[in-house]
Amino acid sequence: MPSFVITEKCDGCKAGDKTACQYICPHDLMILNRETMKAHNQEPEQCWECFNCVKICPQQAVEVRGYSDFVPLGSQTIPLRSSDNIMWTITFRSGLVKRFKFPIRTTVEGTVDPYAGKPAPDFANIKKPGFFNSPARTE
Amino acid sequence: MEKETCTFSFCQKPEVTEVDCDLLIMGGGMAGCGAAFEACAWANAKGLKVVLVDKAATDRSGAVAMGLSAINTYVGENKVTDYVKYVRNDLMGIIREDLVYDLGRHVDDSVQCFEEWGLPIWKKGDDGFSMDGHQALAAGKKSLKEGGTPVRTGKWQIMINGESYKVVVAEAAKKALETNRAATGMAQNHFERVFIVKAVMDTNGKNVAAAIGFSTRENKIYSFKAKAMLCATAGAVNCFRPRSVGEGMGRTWYPVFCAGSGYAFGMQAGAEMSLMENRFVPARFKDGYGPVGAWFLFFKAKATDSYGNDYCADKEYFDDAVARYGDYAKNLGTAIRNHLMMRAMKDGRGPILMQTPSALAEISKNMKEKLGEKEGTKQIKHLEAEAWEDFLDMAIGQASLWAATNVEPDKVPSEIMPTEPYLLGSHAGCAGFWVSGPGDLPGTPEHYTWGYNRMSTVPGLFMSGDVVGASGHKFSSGSHAEGRMAAKAAIAYVLDHADYKPSPKLSLDEIAAELYLPFEVYEKYKTYTTDPLINPNYIGPKALQARLMKIADEYFGGCATWYMTSKTMLEAGLQKLDMLKEDCNRMAAANLHELLRCFENYHRILSVEAHARHILFREESRYPGYYYRGDFNKIDDANWKCFTNSVYHVDTNTWEFKKVPYVQMYP
Repeated sequence: MPSFVITEKCDGCKAGDKTACQYICPHDLMILNRETMKAHNQEPEQCWECFNCVKICPQQAVEVRGYSDFVPLGSQTIPLRSSDNIMWTITFRSGLVKRFKFPIRTTVEGTVDPYAGKPAPDFANIKKPGFFNSPARTE
Repeated sequence: MEKETCTFSFCQKPEVTEVDCDLLIMGGGMAGCGAAFEACAWANAKGLKVVLVDKAATDRSGAVAMGLSAINTYVGENKVTDYVKYVRNDLMGIIREDLVYDLGRHVDDSVQCFEEWGLPIWKKGDDGFSMDGHQALAAGKKSLKEGGTPVRTGKWQIMINGESYKVVVAEAAKKALETNRAATGMAQNHFERVFIVKAVMDTNGKNVAAAIGFSTRENKIYSFKAKAMLCATAGAVNCFRPRSVGEGMGRTWYPVFCAGSGYAFGMQAGAEMSLMENRFVPARFKDGYGPVGAWFLFFKAKATDSYGNDYCADKEYFDDAVARYGDYAKNLGTAIRNHLMMRAMKDGRGPILMQTPSALAEISKNMKEKLGEKEGTKQIKHLEAEAWEDFLDMAIGQASLWAATNVEPDKVPSEIMPTEPYLLGSHAGCAGFWVSGPGDLPGTPEHYTWGYNRMSTVPGLFMSGDVVGASGHKFSSGSHAEGRMAAKAAIAYVLDHADYKPSPKLSLDEIAAELYLPFEVYEKYKTYTTDPLINPNYIGPKALQARLMKIADEYFGGCATWYMTSKTMLEAGLQKLDMLKEDCNRMAAANLHELLRCFENYHRILSVEAHARHILFREESRYPGYYYRGDFNKIDDANWKCFTNSVYHVDTNTWEFKKVPYVQMYP
């Protein structure tokens, strides 16, 4: 299910160093045409349909069209990701619409402190089972 | 054919940057993020430098890039020894029980960390029904660490709201790396969009001195020199011709960007491999490859042939399976269920159907009986959302496919089908490297331990996640935990080898010439023809992949032959693969993106060669339902209940194989 970019909505991330979709695509698929300043998916048959470009686009310019070898036309899957939830609107070929909202995280993005409240490592244990913060369980 | 070399006569010479560190982590997926978190905790205290390199953006890299709807390994109230038994059963009796036990006794801490960092985990409500992560928090439900009760779909799985699973885990890893920069004064220790291509050995002939790669964003080459290295990259996907060969080629079950780079790295370093013949062929919803686990385990749906018959209960199929595969067939593990499904398909009883309507009708009836019409209907609605979330968290395309084909699961069943083969070591497969275990577990045989946990047979080269052999069923949480275990051991190694100074046997100029050869070849020949895509002097990345897929599919037991191969088939395919490997000297890339694809496919080629040669060595069909040796179509415990290990000698392009004894440590 390759992502596609809607011409009118894409602003090339305002000629920044790189576009948001280029930044996030795990498979290096999104590319910016420097002449038109519009992004596109350069290898649709390598797209995993992870929707990360769709979710990250500040202009909501990226959507996904079903893989042409097995997905009939006429449906839509649109995410709207906020700071703690994601809302999905799924439109069937028949016109039926389903909408779901799911939690995505319980903390504010950027506030994770990985070592907060955890002990300093004890080098006497570095060759023993267990992690720096917790022993391995025994039974 | 004349060998091509790069003298930078045609392409521009890139800038080469050397990065010195103590521990290099390759890969930023779950294992890599776990490794960074654990390593920095130890390293900061000693001023050791930790560097992580990721070919993508760590927020969304690796197998969890899309998200997940469940964590498949949380031991919790269960026994670690039962976890070992479950993994052993599913992997047809041959696993490294020390590695699996070691994982089981560590994994829960990682899951508890995820929850602390912000991953919403479902909890059981007072009424017995499930609450999502936000509802549970609002209702004051205890965290897992405090003894909260997760929602189990199977004995080992817990449900999560995992759309941002990787983002949360990456945030902790990135923060950990930041603390290491502060502790050491390093300017940069997190490299995104840098692709590691190969291992460069030390002049001492023993260690890997450098990992070399290139930026996929600018003309820059990197040589990372480290005292210890940790390979935390993924398995190999799209090696076999997939069932969808148009755009749908991207809709692989495991991520399409898993290129076997970790296998290639270890092979080039001469690390010993184990059970590389193992593969995973998941049975998934057809084409969209959406997960079936929740449907089987949570909704109790049945899979049947098109006439509604349970093919696993077919007497003829089952008796034949027991005759060939013995007691292994009786356990009905994943491989055997695949095998029985394939029998039904080959007899024309397909399509195979997941009977979602009857499962949902049963649940609906029970809910209404238990809760009354109104409350029952509400819970059913909640359940429907849960079923869709299962797809939307981790296989969004499956939801889209259902929508595009007007599939409402309470009204019509959906086809399921075995996919193309996948090579991996963290999910339901165990192809990877032979690594040292922890050594402290009672009953560990001597040949399972050589000093540092998760270290390969190459000193200072550690493995975790997908590239560790003989210990599958780690999944996301287990990979994170294994990254941590390996990183901790690697730090111990660094402290013990403080005097070691890496001395790569290749100069920076030689490294640049090797990595940019595909540019040189392309620039040298591109104007010879009117269309650079069709040129007799080189091979582009798409052609490389197409040739590999065709060979693997037709000779090494892909979909084309219903996963069947044999000595004669393997040998014929390996001859063709040898020529493909030779042609890699003429890989051509027009830009950085193609350079990435060239080397990714080269890594796939090496991974597949290891896979095929291992299948050739093991003269039995240990994994029916995943692949068959037609010339030895049975399980032969008397001769083959052992590990099959190999070493690739890159300088001579030769292979060494041996059997290594399997030891059952737990009843």
